[in-house]
Amino acid sequence: MNASNGMKSLTLVLALMCLVAAGCRKKPVGLTPLPGSRAGQVANSDMQPGGILPPDSGTGSGVNGGPGAGASGIPIGQGHQGWTEDRETFKADVVYFDYDSSSIKAGEKSKIESVSSFLKQNSAAAVRVEGNCDERGTEEYNRALGERRALAVREYLVREGVAADRVDTISYGEDKPADSGHSEAAWKKNRRDEFVVLTAPK
Amino acid sequence: MKTKLTLATFLTALALAASAQNEIDIQKEGLLPGAEKPVPLALTGFSGEAASVLQFDLEVQGFKIANDGSAQYEVAGSAAANVQGRLNDRVNRAAIFSKSYTGATLRAQAHALADDVVAAITHRKGIGQTKIAFKSAGGGVNEIYVADFDGHNARAVTHDNTLATAPSWVGRQTLFYTSYKLGKPEIFSHSLATGERRVVTRNNGNNFSPAVSPDGRRIAFISNKDGWVDLYVANLDGSEARRLTKSPQDESSPGWSPDGRWILFAGKVGERRALYKISPDGGEPVRIPTVGVSSPSEPDWSPDGRWIVFTSQYGGGFTICVVPAAGGAASPLVEGEDPSWSPNSRTVVFARRAGGGRALSVLDVFTKQVKDVPRISGGSSQPSWAR
Repeated sequence: MNASNGMKSLTLVLALMCLVAAGCRKKPVGLTPLPGSRAGQVANSDMQPGGILPPDSGTGSGVNGGPGAGASGIPIGQGHQGWTEDRETFKADVVYFDYDSSSIKAGEKSKIESVSSFLKQNSAAAVRVEGNCDERGTEEYNRALGERRALAVREYLVREGVAADRVDTISYGEDKPADSGHSEAAWKKNRRDEFVVLTAPK
Repeated sequence: MKTKLTLATFLTALALAASAQNEIDIQKEGLLPGAEKPVPLALTGFSGEAASVLQFDLEVQGFKIANDGSAQYEVAGSAAANVQGRLNDRVNRAAIFSKSYTGATLRAQAHALADDVVAAITHRKGIGQTKIAFKSAGGGVNEIYVADFDGHNARAVTHDNTLATAPSWVGRQTLFYTSYKLGKPEIFSHSLATGERRVVTRNNGNNFSPAVSPDGRRIAFISNKDGWVDLYVANLDGSEARRLTKSPQDESSPGWSPDGRWILFAGKVGERRALYKISPDGGEPVRIPTVGVSSPSEPDWSPDGRWIVFTSQYGGGFTICVVPAAGGAASPLVEGEDPSWSPNSRTVVFARRAGGGRALSVLDVFTKQVKDVPRISGGSSQPSWAR
């Protein structure tokens, strides 16, 4: 009998012994050591997030929007980061929407027309349309709906003759209510677009 | 390759897909959401924090603590210096295991014992040691937090004093989220180990609602960059962004099938809201019917591929619902919104509205048992479970 056969026999005997032992209902005892409380899966709370790195130079480019504004939207321009903001000029011209809707109501149009007149008379100014929702929607649905409301007003301004790259949009979803109440009186004040006039920094 | 979808084509495709869908008989799926009886289990010898951890973990994984003689299993032990537990099968009168735990904290040891109980009885991995990310709102700003799945040991990951929302994990070490830190909403990647962050989206538009693919290679997101609110997919670093939908209505809250073949999202045709899936390579969106409930949004596909959990909205309320992944009859389960599956494909974390703000809860889909997560000041919402 060679060595490997001997090993096999020994293994078999040991296995049988283990089976017999289990049948005698010995309770298996195991000690489970756990990793330290600063488990690697969660960041050290003292560590601040680092500065934001510049994006890698990617090889891909964005997809073109399609043949024209009507068929697929009016592409977004570069925007006006760092321009001076004026929330006062059109404070009274907040555009309100019906629940779950981004349609511009007839009674709201004159407010948008005031903004388009202003932009035609102030050719160096731009405007940001800020879309908002009431709390009666889930949060990311509301972020999308708020953006749709802002784009609806942008499209109206463009149809009035304002150049598309003078109109920025942003959505705050339900994050910035005008009224934090939980009634229709509050909600109707939150379903809104606000206008911020933008002028180049001096 | 560019996807050329005209509006008419999109609408036609949706109509055709809707009429072609067959209802799936959920009886054939085996476990029925909300209809399963929990397995009774007795807990003896534990008190305080260890007992509450064991009860929380076990009751969201299909068990019910029952010290009244009906229990099929018993976990007996103690948590004086450290946690020790013996699992016994009371029906067959057999000892299953006896274990002792050291290190870390008493809570962590109790979670480890709960996991061992779950594994020994169900032969599935327990979720006791898993993590969630979520948004914490207060004072007009939001920050991203990470915590144990039961809400303990919550720590802020961002301190930007702006709006940060919708966290989505890549594995268990990196988070993607939307932040307004740069003025307009952009999608960031954030390494939890090093704190390093990058802006992922590089376009003129507003970009939000990131969802990382299960293989960690791609990201689905919503952007207005082409003038409508549409669904896009890109490489994980944001390169090679491809537009997947062209619709004047808004698409929102994308997610992925576990095999990476589909991107799931909430969409709208006319006034009618529905769930859809679309190939990340482009093509026609396919409607996923959610029969019996209205206005579905925020969908999440279970890791085992079988179910989609989502929020249904009706009147003034929100309900967590589950539907078979191919579509069919939807099962409303509990009041709440924004669900996220755990790795075990039966437990879900979600947000509920409580008082003025939101708080998190954990639900077992099959027994409908729910545990509330302790509130952090401000509101907690948009939870995402690390898988």
